[in-house]
Amino acid sequence: MTWVNVIVQGVLLGGLYALYATGLSLVFGVMRMVNLAHGDLSILAAFICLLVVGVVDVNPLLALVVVVPLVFLVGYLLQRFLLNFTLKGDDMRPLLATFGLSVIIQNGLLQGFSADSRGLDAGRIENASLALGDKVAFGWFPLLILVVSVLVIVLLNAFLTRTQLGRAFRATSDDQGAARLMGIDNKHIYALAMGIALAIVALAGVLMGIRTTFTPGIGPARLVYAFEAVIMGGLGSSWGTLVGGIMLGVAQTVGFQLSPGWGIFVGHLVFVTVLAIRPSGLFAKTVS
Amino acid sequence: MTGPRDLSVQRSTTLSKTALVIGVVTVAVLVSVPLWADQSTSRTLVSLLTLIALAQMWNLLAGYAGLMSVGQQGYIGIGAYSLWLLTDVFGLHPFLAVPLTGLFAAAISLPTAALVFRLKGGYFAIGTWVMAEILRLIVANIPQTGGGSGRTITAVAQMPVDVRMRGTYWLALAAAVGAVLVVYAILRARVGLALTAIRDNEPAVESLGVHVFRAKLSAYVLAAFGCAVTGAVVYMNLLRIQPDSSFSISWTATMIFIVVIGGVGTIEGPILGAIIYFTLQETLSSYGSWYLILLGVLAVVITVWFPGGLWGTLVRRWGVHLFPVQRRLRLGKADEPE
Repeated sequence: MTWVNVIVQGVLLGGLYALYATGLSLVFGVMRMVNLAHGDLSILAAFICLLVVGVVDVNPLLALVVVVPLVFLVGYLLQRFLLNFTLKGDDMRPLLATFGLSVIIQNGLLQGFSADSRGLDAGRIENASLALGDKVAFGWFPLLILVVSVLVIVLLNAFLTRTQLGRAFRATSDDQGAARLMGIDNKHIYALAMGIALAIVALAGVLMGIRTTFTPGIGPARLVYAFEAVIMGGLGSSWGTLVGGIMLGVAQTVGFQLSPGWGIFVGHLVFVTVLAIRPSGLFAKTVS
Repeated sequence: MTGPRDLSVQRSTTLSKTALVIGVVTVAVLVSVPLWADQSTSRTLVSLLTLIALAQMWNLLAGYAGLMSVGQQGYIGIGAYSLWLLTDVFGLHPFLAVPLTGLFAAAISLPTAALVFRLKGGYFAIGTWVMAEILRLIVANIPQTGGGSGRTITAVAQMPVDVRMRGTYWLALAAAVGAVLVVYAILRARVGLALTAIRDNEPAVESLGVHVFRAKLSAYVLAAFGCAVTGAVVYMNLLRIQPDSSFSISWTATMIFIVVIGGVGTIEGPILGAIIYFTLQETLSSYGSWYLILLGVLAVVITVWFPGGLWGTLVRRWGVHLFPVQRRLRLGKADEPE
């Protein structure tokens, strides 16, 4: 059954999209802000990983130990010392600022690394697969990505519901003013949220860099896929985001199978259909 | 009514009237350019004028209707491709086809709006982007349009060069002046009042019974029309249409940079921004990525620290308005009947 295999591959691809989407969703949930440089920052993380691997010659998976905290720090500082200033007044300002940031990152990477395709080499795990019958095969690495994304969602949910800091996140999300009256430093919370979101996105960028190749220009497409997963899943629903990511992954893979030129298009088509029929997404929780 | 409670609404100033005179003279001079200047001058001015027209359209969306679109390249692409369709396939004269391309875009913008208006703020922005991508993918995958490698617009390419250059110049001038005047007229009219109010406080406006949806939709459709016509003018010069470049996000990036630098939410801002952007482009674009990095840095710095852009900063400091769209309540009799 080649179609069963196609769908399995789509589900695995969806794991990666869900990981991108989780970061986007967290930032929107906490500060109602959309970061248009979201995708570019994940590509930046992949390039940072490339540098780290180039310098110390370790497996990119091990390099995550350096890359993820570093990108967390970048996110924290970016929000604290730049983007927080745009949250006052007009809704347009964070969008314009992050759009500018996206152009800076893309062209900075282009300048530093050229437009060539790059890849991260994680060794044997990349190509190892598990065959089920003669038509269906799981790649271990794509499966690992899906498992990681489920794990990230579980951990993030536990963090938001079980910890003191997570409560502060949710309080700020519900009512910024009241949260501040309760002694929550919302600037710090926003910066932490951006840091965590970018750490997740850095993870996604590096895993993607191992799975396929990347160039400085592919960030915006990652942002679009993350967005489609978030909207299809429903704002504020972390499991919805996973389902949205998987739907998108399956739609694209099925589309590619039908005709290589139409793969991404079929993904967009499924997104538009969901938007037309159920604009609040499949599992909406928050009202924007 | 008499007495100290006499109030009047002032809608223009001496400065704005002077600006009007200067504006009319400038346009008159611009109209005559192809009659005395060489081709490279008109070509340069076509670039500047189309930038002004595009920036006005984006500013109408973002600065007034509160719609941050990152998908206007979709309508530029439609303008380019419908120019080809109307001339090469239906045999229309290119000069006639250019204004008609706007109708294609307006027709496409209606169902698009029905979908993307369900999204708010930043998600609206990415939604418009997806719509532009959908248009690009459709065009790139249809063999009749030339697929991924595109086509040359033969009917335009075969025109005598001087006729094409002059016509394109006047069309570009019409697009720029038209864009400025239409936005100005809208903002002085009732729907403009609604739009500016939406920009300032959407829920409050809605609670006063203003048709927010209708006002936003008219801005969106008009911007689609304007971007397509301007796109068609641009492709009168470029001659070759191709999905990746005709539907490129860099069109919208240009509009965003111009409006942010010049000042969002003013009519003067995009004009000033277009002149600055054009000068930067002419002097620095050979630096490639560095030039774009510089534009990105400018956009970030202006958005974060000078949110009104250059014009907004001037207005805050000196209160100059060349295109008076605001209504000022004055004590005392109306000295200037409106």
